[in-house]
Parts: sequence; structure tokens; C-alpha cells
Amino acid sequence: MSSWQERLEERTLDPARSTPRNYWLVVGALAAVIAWALYAYFVQVRDGLVVTGMRDRISWGLYITMFVFFIGISHAGTLISAILRVANATWRTPVTRMAEFITAVALMTGALFVIVDLGRPDRFLNVLIHGRWQSPIVWDVTAVTTYLTASLLYLYLPMIPDLAFFRDRLTGSVSKWQSGLYRILAINWKGTDTQKRQLHSSISIMMILIIPIAVSVHTVVSWIFAMTLREAWNSAIFGFFFVAGAIFSGIATLIIMMALLRRVYRLEEYITQKHFQYLGFLMAAMAGVMLYANISEYVTAGFKLEEGAEFIFRQLFVAEFAPYFWFYIVAGILAPIVLIFIPRMRTIGGIVAAAVLVDLAMFVERYFIVVTGLRAPLLPYEPANYTPTWVEWSITAGGFAFFALLVTVFVRIFPIMAVYEMAEEREELAAERLSLESDGALTGEAGL
Amino acid sequence: MVATAQPPKRRQWLGHAALVLLMSTTVTAFLAWGVNPLFVLLTTVSVLASVPLVAARVSMSKDSRREWKTWLFADGVRSVDRRTALRLFGVAAVFGAVSPTVPKLAQKALAQGTPDVGELPPRARTRQWTMIIDLRRCDGCQSIELPPQCTTACIEGHFAPEPMQWIEVYEHELPGHGTRFVPTPCQQCQNPPCVNVCPVGATFSAPEGPVLIDQNRCIGCRICMAACPYDRRFFNWGEPPIPADAGRAEYDLELQVPAYKGTVMKCDFCPDMVRSGTLPYCIQGCPHRAIYYGDLEEDLATNGRELVSVSRYLANNDAFLLKEELGTQPRVYYIPGHGEDIGRDPTHEGFLPIRWPWTRLAEGSATWSR
Repeated sequence: MSSWQERLEERTLDPARSTPRNYWLVVGALAAVIAWALYAYFVQVRDGLVVTGMRDRISWGLYITMFVFFIGISHAGTLISAILRVANATWRTPVTRMAEFITAVALMTGALFVIVDLGRPDRFLNVLIHGRWQSPIVWDVTAVTTYLTASLLYLYLPMIPDLAFFRDRLTGSVSKWQSGLYRILAINWKGTDTQKRQLHSSISIMMILIIPIAVSVHTVVSWIFAMTLREAWNSAIFGFFFVAGAIFSGIATLIIMMALLRRVYRLEEYITQKHFQYLGFLMAAMAGVMLYANISEYVTAGFKLEEGAEFIFRQLFVAEFAPYFWFYIVAGILAPIVLIFIPRMRTIGGIVAAAVLVDLAMFVERYFIVVTGLRAPLLPYEPANYTPTWVEWSITAGGFAFFALLVTVFVRIFPIMAVYEMAEEREELAAERLSLESDGALTGEAGL
Repeated sequence: MVATAQPPKRRQWLGHAALVLLMSTTVTAFLAWGVNPLFVLLTTVSVLASVPLVAARVSMSKDSRREWKTWLFADGVRSVDRRTALRLFGVAAVFGAVSPTVPKLAQKALAQGTPDVGELPPRARTRQWTMIIDLRRCDGCQSIELPPQCTTACIEGHFAPEPMQWIEVYEHELPGHGTRFVPTPCQQCQNPPCVNVCPVGATFSAPEGPVLIDQNRCIGCRICMAACPYDRRFFNWGEPPIPADAGRAEYDLELQVPAYKGTVMKCDFCPDMVRSGTLPYCIQGCPHRAIYYGDLEEDLATNGRELVSVSRYLANNDAFLLKEELGTQPRVYYIPGHGEDIGRDPTHEGFLPIRWPWTRLAEGSATWSR
């Protein structure tokens, strides 16, 4: 028992104590990509958005895709730590921290791309000074800011005991600013009964509060599109569709992140096949939901084929965007279901492969939703085309690098697993077993 | 005050947190309604921040809690003493007194966000500008073998950056065969989708009907371009290709000169021209006098040569609106036709491409594709 806890503690302390192999190489590479993206952004600010592939008729492109995609994957944390916590699924505990990291970092990345997309980033504060409640953009700014605040808190609260643990164990062996950081962030946690009670209650409040906030966030993201008079976006299920896609891609990102961190920081004992399998099932279930949403969306519009709908269907199903669309349906929704439901494929490798497919497909989906909606001509003119330029690709790559760099750095400094919670749950489980045994309820299993 | 029976300690602080949350959310809802989002953002942050703050505070002071705060979550008996009851009644009374003002606050919230365009001169009635385009007299300027002259005149008059065509001629297919030309300015909707979605109130409905843009406020998010169902909004993707001298003018919202990089532009119904008693450039440019400009209030419109009663002209000639079914309520009316009044055969298709006449462009500017 104590050896289990000691092992867990050592494992969690490891990243903060010793630099893993290739760490600086990874940080350097990511920083280089970000530096290049900053140069591209400098060019964009200097010359204007004319350096992108966007024009009057397709006036949103990769940047808005990035915004939608990253705000989407930020739903990983909410699902794993809030929804599953409410459902009392204790298997999720070792991966909660990672999920919450993803949430916070993905939100920062996504929010950044709204500003990247602006023609006048210097006037961004106008949204606060002259904001109008009627505008979906203001709904978004409000919802994303609230969600970022809430998810940072929700990342922080359960981490307090672990930070105190880091403070107690690492002071002296890490740099001064780092131990100072732990000391401040641990806000005098001593593990007294009062503190524990208060912590539990705070977490309970946040975990309920964060679910409606998360749902609202991707709903209003979809409303940026659905509130315009565009045939392709004119859908009442858009909010639901976006939230489902957000959770879907959030799970996929978590699976990929779990596989990477598990390998790098040797967490095989805590993040097991079981975690991949459970999350894989959840992902497959969400794939089913996505399939259903797609059918609802396209059958209702496609059956009637109102004016303008034909163009949208043609470009999506058989013409310019057909490769994207069918990749999304076949590789992003059907293939993961198959991979996860055939027992022989349900290995960690198979599930990670499915997750990679899902993330790729969801990125592609966000892209074609944005671009096809704008591409449908409003008046008799030739439909425009959109090809992202090197500036857009560079800044997009920079966005991914920013995400990866923040995760890399966070994971090195902060406790990678919820040690306190894991230990607590294990104790509870043991106590439960003990009481059951003393009641004689488990006598039948005694032989096992 | 002597504490007689200590309330059960369990979850006492939850009372604090819940009260703080409840109060601040309610206060936010009342105060922030109609103010600006900054306030709501700050309050939201503070509401959320109050959770750990309360936790931290309580963990520091062990027995500073009072009985009345625990009533919410105390186990067992929920006894409320007289003092508590009074306080609760007080809170309820405040909210009760405030609630009748909610409709007023809502009105204020819906009216906000329109920039101050200066006091209107006192007048018996406000003009309601409108445009009638008689398609029976439009041949896309085929007969004079020039590019559409409405567009050309507009570009020259407004220094419109290349490749913007604030009034643009589209060639619509006719049932059967052949085409007709539809000069399309901004429709100056009375339920404008672009104004509805603008996050900063940079685009707004002027009292006389036209939708204008304040390029000094626009943040370039382009949601108005996504929202406009008539493709009538244009973005300055780069340094605007306007004549060099236009760049030196002092900015005027009604002229949209000079154009600013990273902001949206469009047809503005020439408010400055109309004030000085002149017809908009497109009307002056039209060689066949196909475009009328007028005032719905006075029920008069003119193409520069003849004066018509708007209501009678529309009714007698089967006027229609572009995409009327969208509910945007345009201020631009069309009379159906394909240039027959000036002898155009509908099977005669095509018109000459527009050219921008600037010889010397503003520094660092270059055109872009549509």
C-alpha cells in the first residue's frame, strides 16, 4: 500500500526533478516553429490580410477553422473531469490532470486565433469598449473568457494538494522561483480536515458550474455561423452539432496526449489499456452521435433541396469538397467505430490510430463547414476559391506548436497526475472493501 | 452575541460561497444589462474567483462564521432567527423594487451600440431615402459600348479601392433564355443582418435609412460580410488602392475617404451628396436614366429628369425586392425588365469589364482579386 503510493509520488515528481531525454530539443523545435509563425504574423500585420488566401467572397478560412477546432478540443477536460466526475467514474482520475491541461491550453490557442483573424487587431479592445449584446462575436468573447476562467480554476482547485506535495518534496531540489511558485500556489495547504472539506465542496461547485459553461461555449461558436443568412449554416441543430463534435475531438486529443505522455514519462502503471479502452468506447459513442447529427442535418435539407441547397450538396458530396467530406465521414466517423468495436484492433495502437483519424477529420470538418458555407454564391457570380497561403499555414503551424509547447512546459512544472485524488480514492476503495468483508458480503469471493 | 449552539460545521462555508455567487450573479444581471461587456467579463471573473477565495478565507479564519449563513446547507433543522429573516426580506425587497425597471433596461440594451452621428437638424419629418432601379432601361451599357456607367461613376466619385464595386451589375438568367442586368448597390436593409451581427456597432442604421460604417471603429472581424445576403460588403485586404491624394484627406464617415486597411466598406447611398441637393454618382452616371432616388416620406423620387410618385410608380410597374423572403426589408426597389425600353434583345449577353481610372495609387497599395 505505502509502496504503491511511494511509487506514484516518485513518478509524479520525476518530470519536475529531471529533464527527460530530448526535452530541450522538443522545446527548441516548437519555439522555432512559433518564431517562424510570429514572423508570418508580422508580415500579415505589415501588409494586411491580403497576404492570406481570403478575399471578399470567402472571407474566413484557416484561422477561423483553428478557432473552432481548438475551442472544440478544449471540451476534453470538461468531459473527463466534470461529466465523468459527476457520473462517479473513478477510472478517470489518473488522466484528469492531462485533460484539464488540454482544456486550458486549447482555449488559449483558440482564443488567440480570433485575434489573428482580425483585420485590425489593434482595435480588439473595441469589443469591450463598444460591445453590443446583439452580436454573436460578443457572445463568444463572453463565453470563451468565462470558460477560460472557469477551466483554469477547475484545473487549479484539485491541484492544490498536489502543489503542496510538490512544495514539501521539491523545495531545495528545484530552482528558487519554482519552489516559490509551488509555495504561493499551494495557498498554505496542510491537509487538515477543514481544508479537505472546503476543497471538496469547491470542486463540487466548479464541476457542476463548468458543464453548462462548456456547452454554452461551443454553442455560441456555432452561432457565429448559424446567425447569418447563409443556406449552408442555417440549421437549428448547429449548436448541438458543434458541441458533439467538440467532445468528440476532445476525447481524441486526450487519447493522443495520454499515449505521448505515458511513453515520455513512463506512466504505464497508471495509464493502462483500460483507460484507452474506456475512452475509445466513449469516442465511438460520440462517433455514433456525430453520424446521427450528420444524417439529421443533410437529410432534412437534401430531401427538399430548396434554392441554393443544390449547390451546397454538389460541392460537398460530389465536387470540390467531396474528398474532404468523405474523408470526414469514412475515416473520421466510420473507421474509428470499426477500429474500436473489433476486439482484435482494440489495442492501444489501434485506439490511438482511431484518435488521430478523428482529430484530422474534425479539423477537416471545421474547415469545410467554414469554407463551403461562404463559397455558395449569393448572386449570379462564379463561386470563389480559397487556397491558404504560406502565411496562413505558418501561423496555423505556430498555433499547434504553441499548444504543444504549453503542454510540454506545463507538464514539466506541474503535477502530471492527480496524486492526492488517486491516493484518496484508493483509500476509500480499500475502506469499502474492508467494511464489506467485515459484513461478510465478500465471503463468497474470499477464495479469490 | 453569545453563540448558544454551534451549528454543524460540515459544509458551512458552502453557504458563503453560494450566497456570494448568487448575489453577484444577480447583481451582474441587473447592472450589466445594457452597460458594456467589460463589466460583465470582470464580474464573471470575480464570481468564479470567489469560489477559491471564499475557500481560502474560510480556511484562515476558523470561527468567524455566523449562524445565519449556515441555514442554507445546515444539516437537520433549518432554523432561521429573526435577524436572518429580516435580512432576507430586505434582499427580497431590493430585488422586488428593482424588477419593474427590467423592461426599461432591456430597451436600453437593445438601443445601445449606435455611434453618435451628430444631432439631426430639427425638421418636421425625417427623410427616408429609397432607390428605384428600372431594369427595363438597363442594358449594362451595351448600347454605348462602355463598362456599366453607374459603377464607373460610383468608383470615381467615391475613390472606391480597386476591386470594389459598391454598385455592381450582375447578369441574371431569365426563365426560358436570355439574361437581364441587375445593378446592385447596398440594399440599405431596414432589418440589416450586418448591423445585427456587428460586435462593436461600427456599422449602424442612420435615421434616414441607409446603413453606414464607421471605419475608425471597425475591428475587421468580417462577420458582417458573412451575414450580408447580397454580397455587398467589401474588405480592405491590403493597403487600399485609392488615388494618392485621397489618402491625405481627413477621414469622413459619410464619404468613406480615405479607405483604411483592415476595415469594411460599402455603398452608403451618398448621404453627403443628397444633403447638398445632388443625386448620387450612380444616378448621374446612368446614360439611360434607369435609377431613381427619392424620399418615401414625401413619396417622391427622381432620376434627374423626371419626377415620379414612389408609391404609384412601384404599384403601376410591378416592383419587386431582391430576396424579399429573407425579411431584410431592403430600401432598393426594382422594376422588372431586361432593357426592352432601350431596345435590348435579352439574348444579347455580357458587358464590358470595369476599369479603375487611378493613375497614381496611394503608397504601398496594390489591388487584389475579389
